[in-house]
Parts: sequence; C-alpha cells; structure tokens
Amino acid sequence: MTTNKEYLLIEREKEWRVELRKKIANKERTTKTRTQMPELDPFVRIRYQDREVNTGLTEKQAVAEASRCLDCPNPTCIDGCPVSINIPKFIKYIEQGSFLEAAKTLKETSALPAVCGRVCPQEKQCEATCFYTMKLKKDPVAIGHLERFAADYERESGSMSVPEVAAPNGIKVAAVGSGPASLSFAGDMIKLGYDVTVFEALHEIGGVLKYGIPEFRLPNKIVDVELANLEQMGVKFVRNFIVGKTASFDDLKEEGIEAFFVASGAGLPRFMNIPGENYNGIMSSNEYLTRVNLMNAASDDFDTPIIKGKNVAVIGGGNTAMDSVRTAKRLGAERAMIIYRRSRDEMPARVEEVHHAEEEGIEFLNLANPVEYFADPKGKVNRVRVQRMELGEPDASGRRRPVVIEGSEYDIPVDLVVVAVGVSPNPLIPSEVKDLKVTKWGTIVVNEETMQSSIPELFAGGDIVRGGATVILAMGDGRKAAASMHEYLQEKRK
Amino acid sequence: MTQIVEKVLFSEKVAKFIVNAPRIARSRKPGHFVILRVDEKGERIPLTIADADREKGTITLVVQKMGVSSAKLFELNVGDKILDLVGPLGKATHIHNVGTVLACGGGVGVAPMLPIVQAFKQAGNRVISILAARNKDLIILEDEIRKWSDEVIVMTDDGSYGTKGLVTAGAEMVIQRETVNECIAIGPAVMMKFTSMLTKKYQIPTQSSLNAIMVDGTGMCGACRVTVGGQTMFTCIDGPEFDAHQIDFDELIMRLGGYSDEEKLASERYF
Ligand SMILES: Cc1cc2nc3c(=O)[nH]c(=O)nc-3n(C[C@H](O)[C@H](O)[C@H](O)COP(=O)(O)OP(=O)(O)OC[C@H]3O[C@@H](n4cnc5c(N)ncnc54)[C@H](O)[C@@H]3O)c2cc1C
Ligand SMILES: Cc1cc2nc3c(=O)[nH]c(=O)nc-3n(C[C@H](O)[C@H](O)[C@H](O)COP(=O)(O)OP(=O)(O)OC[C@H]3O[C@@H](n4cnc5c(N)ncnc54)[C@H](O)[C@@H]3O)c2cc1C
Ligand code: SF4
Ligand code: FES
Repeated sequence: MTTNKEYLLIEREKEWRVELRKKIANKERTTKTRTQMPELDPFVRIRYQDREVNTGLTEKQAVAEASRCLDCPNPTCIDGCPVSINIPKFIKYIEQGSFLEAAKTLKETSALPAVCGRVCPQEKQCEATCFYTMKLKKDPVAIGHLERFAADYERESGSMSVPEVAAPNGIKVAAVGSGPASLSFAGDMIKLGYDVTVFEALHEIGGVLKYGIPEFRLPNKIVDVELANLEQMGVKFVRNFIVGKTASFDDLKEEGIEAFFVASGAGLPRFMNIPGENYNGIMSSNEYLTRVNLMNAASDDFDTPIIKGKNVAVIGGGNTAMDSVRTAKRLGAERAMIIYRRSRDEMPARVEEVHHAEEEGIEFLNLANPVEYFADPKGKVNRVRVQRMELGEPDASGRRRPVVIEGSEYDIPVDLVVVAVGVSPNPLIPSEVKDLKVTKWGTIVVNEETMQSSIPELFAGGDIVRGGATVILAMGDGRKAAASMHEYLQEKRK
Repeated sequence: MTQIVEKVLFSEKVAKFIVNAPRIARSRKPGHFVILRVDEKGERIPLTIADADREKGTITLVVQKMGVSSAKLFELNVGDKILDLVGPLGKATHIHNVGTVLACGGGVGVAPMLPIVQAFKQAGNRVISILAARNKDLIILEDEIRKWSDEVIVMTDDGSYGTKGLVTAGAEMVIQRETVNECIAIGPAVMMKFTSMLTKKYQIPTQSSLNAIMVDGTGMCGACRVTVGGQTMFTCIDGPEFDAHQIDFDELIMRLGGYSDEEKLASERYF
C-alpha cells in the first residue's frame, strides 16, 4: 500500500504529467492565490442544522487551484498524509480536467475521500508539509478542498466506480463497530473475496460519522452512498448487535467467523468531576450530539427530547467542542460560548472549524476553566464558576501548561453546559474478552505493523487502539488490518 | 425488526409483551435489560428483561405507560413489530446463596425483580417477596413471584388488596420477625430511597436496580450517570444494580426530572 519513491517517480514521468508541468511556468503557478472555499453566509447557516457550511469548489475553481500545485519532484505533502495518498497525481488529474481519474487515484489509498476531504485536519497534515507552506511561506495548495471536489464530482456524476470483487472464498470474517476503521476494513476484505459482516451496537451504521459529526459539516447522505456501495459489493451490516453481549466472540466463532477486526471506538465520555457536574442541563458532548444527530431530537416530530439552551457553555477546544457549540447556536442559543483552558493556538480543533465558529458568532473564553456549577431549586444548572488561567512552561506534549490565576473566579449565567473534554476507549470489548492485552488507558495493544492483538484471530484499529484520534488514521488502520488478516488467514490454510 | 408474539394486559397502564429475540434469550442473565425504539421517530427506552425462553427464543418485557415512548409500545399488538431492539445490556445480578433474601418490588419494579427472585430461589435461598403498589390494579406478576418465593406479602397504599401501608412497613415487619441476610429493592426512586434507609438502619446489604434516563445504553453518552459512594457511575455499564446504601437517591430523583418540561410538551402533543 505504501507509495514508494520509485513508483512515485515513474508516475511523475508519465507523458501527461510532463506535458502538464510544461504548460505553466512554476513562477506563474506560485503567484496565484489560494482559492477560497465558497460557503453559506453565516447569518443564513446558523438557522439550519442540516445545511453544509462549505458548498464546494466549482470545476473552474478546482482547476485553478490545482494549477497552483508544482508537481514537486520530492512531493513532501505525501509525507504529511497518514495514508500516503499520491497527492500530486490526483491534483494534476484535476488540473487536466480528468476529475474521475482524480477520484480513482484517491481511492487507491483512501476508502472514504469524500469524508476525509471534509474532516481531515489538513493544516496539520498534507497542507503543513506542502512546499508552499514549508519553503515559500505562502498558503498551501488546498489539498483537502480538492480531495473533496474530486470525490463529490465522482459521486454526483453517477459513474461511481464500484470496485471489482474477487470470487467469494467462503471465509467468514467480522468487523465490530461500523465507524471509518471498520468501513475501510470491510471494503478491502470484500474485494479479496471474504464473507464480511459488520456488527454495530447502535441502530445506525457509521459510528462517529453518523452520531457525532453534524450534518452541517458532514452530510449523512455522503456516508450513506459509501454504505450503499459496500452493501452492493456484498458487505452485510447487522445493526443492534453488541459483540460480547448479544453474542460472545466464542458464539460467533462457532458460527464460522474465523477472524475479527475490533474497531469499537473511543466512546466513553470523560467528565471533569467538579462540584455540581451532575445537575440537569449538563451533559457530555456525546449525549448532546447523539440526541441531535442520531435521534433527531431537535425536530418536533421525533420523540427524543433535547434542551434548547439560551446561554450555552461548551467546555473544551477540540472538534467535538466546536461541533457542539455550533449545534447549540443553530438550535437557537443567544449566547453560545467555548470555555477552554488553553489559548486559541493550542486548540486541537481543525482551524477551519474554529474559523467558521467565529464567523457564526461563537464566543471564545480562552484561558478559562470551569470549577463549579450551580443550579436552581429543581436542580437545573443556572450558573458556572470559571477560573482564569495563564500559560506557563511547556508540558510533555510541548504545549504551554495552563496555570491557575488565584482569586480570578467569576460566574457566568448558563442554562445548558456541554462537556467536551475528551473520551476514553470503549470498555465493552476489553471487559468481555479475557486474555486480551490492553494498556493502562484501556486501549487494545496491537502489533503496529499488522494490527494483530494478543489474540491471534483478533485484530484491532481506530480509536479503540489509539484513544481519540482521526478518521483518516482509523481508516488507515482498517486497511492495514485487512491486509494482514488476509495474510494470516491464507497462511493458516497452507 | 422484533416481532411481538404475545401481549397480556395487567392493568390499564401495565402490559406484558413476549417478543422474538432468540439471541438475547440465549445470552441474557437476571439483571440485564434491553433498549428498544418502537419506530423511526421513536426514542430509545430501556426495559428490563423480565423473563426469557431459550427454546422458543423469546424474552418478556413488562411496560408501564408513562409518557409518549412507553405509550407507543403499549399500543402495539401481537404481530406488530418493534423497529430496533438491542441487548442484553448492563451487568448481571450477583446471585449467591446468603440465607434469607427479602425482595421489595414497587409498582412496575416487580418486573425487573422477577428474574432476580427466581435466580436467588434457584441458588437455594429462602426468599420473601413484598409486592407494593398504590392499589390492587397496579399489583403485577403476583403468580410468577409466588412461584419463586417462600412467602409473598402484598401491600397497597389504599388497602384495596393485601395489607394497607407502604412497602417499608412490610419490610420492617419481616426484618423484626426474622434474620434477613440480603435485601433487594426495585421500584420508583422514592420507594428505593426509603427502603434503603430502612435496611441501612438494620445493616442489611441491599441492592437496587436504577431506572436512570438513558440514550444509547452502551456507555457512550453519560446520560445515565449516578453517584454511588461519592463516585460518578454510568448506570448502563456499571449497573443497573448498585449497593443501595451508597446510592445518592436524591440526585437520581432530581436527574429523572431532567427533561420534565420537554416530556410534558411531548405528551401534550401526543395524547
Ligand atoms: C463530534 C466529533 C467530531 C469529530 N471530528 C473529527 C474531524 O473533524 N476530523 C477527524 O479526523 N476526526 C474527527 N473526530 C474523530 C473521529 O471521528 C474518530 O477518530 C473516528 O470516528 C474513529 O473511528 P473508529 O472506526 O475507530 O470508531 P467510531 O467511529 O467511534 O465507531 C465505533 C463504533 O463501534 C460501535 N461499537 C462499540 N462497541 C461495539 C460492540 N461491542 N459491538 C458492536 N458495535 C460496537 C459503536 O457504537 C460505534 O458506532 C471527531 C469525533 C467526534 C466525536
Ligand atoms: C435499566 C432500566 C430498566 C427499566 N425497566 C423498565 C421496565 O421493565 N418496565 C418499565 O415500565 N419501565 C422500565 N424502565 C423505565 C422506562 O425506561 C421509562 O419509564 C420510559 O423510558 C419512559 O419513557 P416515556 O417516554 O414513556 O415517558 P416520559 O414522559 O418521557 O418520562 C417519564 C419518566 O420516565 C423517565 N424516562 C424518560 N425517558 C427515559 C429514557 N430514555 N430512559 C430511561 N428513563 C426515561 C423519566 O424519568 C421521566 O420522568 C427502566 C429504566 C431503566 C433505566
Ligand atoms: S508539496 Fe504542495 S506543491 Fe508540491 S506536489 Fe504536494 S501539493 Fe503540490
Ligand atoms: S445510556 Fe448512554 S452512557 Fe449509559
């Protein structure tokens, strides 16, 4: 799967690429400015939970942006991509107008390009190592936006290439969970001819892509198209089935499943354990987003209730916090604020999301930390006490450690608080499978090359191995696990 | 989709459903529950598995009509289908031979208590069960409980059946009469709170099964958090049964009202 240097060079020396490079001088390419992603007006979009903020590049815009790419002899962007997509190749196809070829190139390495183009933290990955960023100190090529363009183009063209599937080999394998790690695993295994079943605990397939990331950032229909493709290729999806509870691994082995890929995610929300945190109106971001995204709670004709806060505080600075606070704004909050203990520069959220949040009128209370909640006599939260922080010495992660400013507490009126301070690995599988090696944080221990756990027929990947990570890393794990599970099963048969 | 194969009305507000769920019938243990969603627009609600038949591949649920979601289920009939049903969830009850077990069930809490009573009896304990409700109509599963109990005491608030009085009166009578080694208290939160206070006074270890508000039931959302022994626990994966003497019942009662405004609106729209 890894694109080696030689292969990249051969591809780069193909005639069409050479020709294309000659067409525009590098000097001219570098004078062009980065194309802005068209987006819905902030005043309009904050009224709709389900309208995507970024509307997508037009063909003309995409070609223009693609022509900024220098098709570097040493494409450092690829080093920044966790799955080593052949970036200049797909971008050059776009420049050439061969959009379907561009999409095909993406699919050589990424199972869900339409998703990754939308949610990858490109500014920390490929775009951070783009020649423009590193050497020219200019805005990088909009690799993420181009990825999304190519994938959307293919989907909307109706000529989506359904990959070839090998003749069935009759060997049964299963994936536990249906997030991005499992979906990419399932895609690769079905292509190799395996009989693949994906088990999901919830009533919907997709993991965080469905219950976590909101419509305004990742429309469900995009995930659904991918699911339909997998189904068409023969992948079986079983909803409402908790592996380890509904049936044990042993039961499933008896039914003929020979190997498992566990990608059960990092579902367990963390709280801060500060006084008053269990008052009503205080909930985890998982609860808040699940109610809205999975259960449709914001819509009156659905039965699941949701609290529509007027003064909403979201604790944390990651993607989950941004998704929650922007959801609250869309559900009618007059004041929707982020309370984050470090400074804006340290926020782990994608830069684009922070930027969009600002445009939407989200308030940022940086260098502040909640210390206590207060409630009315019925137990409904009405006030949060925050403490001011300042940045001290760098900690182990290299980020400057926030330290408390003594005596700086003050109160803010709130009627809804969403706690988004991280998640822990889902404990279900580790607690149901004895002899499975886990770390002290509860993540499953695997061989990094093969994704195989301490139990030979059990492979694992995604957030259950990495703790809270990213969609692209989860997908990469799924592909790696598929390749090595294939090897393992073939070896076993010799 | 899960098919309903039998429905028995216990009262105007309480019904028993037997549904097809072969996998769950095989893997469930006393103390486990399921989460179901009646239709596309429905809410995910937790219900205890009151009984199961491995051979027939069915499980038994007993539901009390409270608000919209339980009413939607209540209205279904034999042959109808429940869109989503997942389980078994939660930790199974720790069943052991302790001597004499006093099982106190309030209202629909008798349903989750039934499999526990059965298991304790089968483990060789002397089991005394107290069934308590506001009135005669709300006493459920009496025959089933009798089958697995050495003695059954019925208490009603209005005296329309059995002895007039609260569950705690019945419990105290038993405790003063003979040695009770362990107690189970399942029912409305207030009932569990007072039963727990009573058994604490007599230092009898007590288990309660909590009915916290849930969404996913897999530990993913934290809606079901309760404070036990000063620590936050998730009812769905750490429970639903806990050491009653450690539970912060007042917090539970407060949290059960967390969506009361929204629920009232939903009921007004629905009924
Ligand atoms: C709100 C939010 C926003 C995010 N935004 C971004 C972003 O912008 N960019 C990015 O790269 N990443 C983002 N992430 C992180 C990213 O979504 C995760 O890293 C990724 O989804 C992990 O994939 P996974 O396949 O490991 O598991 P998940 O997507 O977590 O899926 C796991 C699935 O397994 C199921 N499951 C668990 N146990 C069992 C069992 N025993 N049996 C059956 N099923 C089981 C769960 O119900 C769940 O559906 C975000 C996460 C959240 C919560
Ligand atoms: C582990 C467990 C086992 C249970 N077993 C049974 C049982 O065997 N039989 C039975 O009749 N009931 C049982 N319950 C309670 C049952 O789930 C609720 O009565 C039901 O969800 C109420 O929904 P509603 O829409 O009809 O009522 P609503 O009008 O929405 O609310 C009525 C009350 O039910 C509670 N409630 C509301 N939504 C939920 C929810 N999603 N999850 C839990 N509680 C909620 C609230 O405290 C509220 O005050 C159990 C609950 C738990 C947690
Ligand atoms: S580093 Fe930037 S300019 Fe060079 S090939 Fe990659 S995307 Fe194009
Ligand atoms: S119901 Fe969501 S964590 Fe328990």
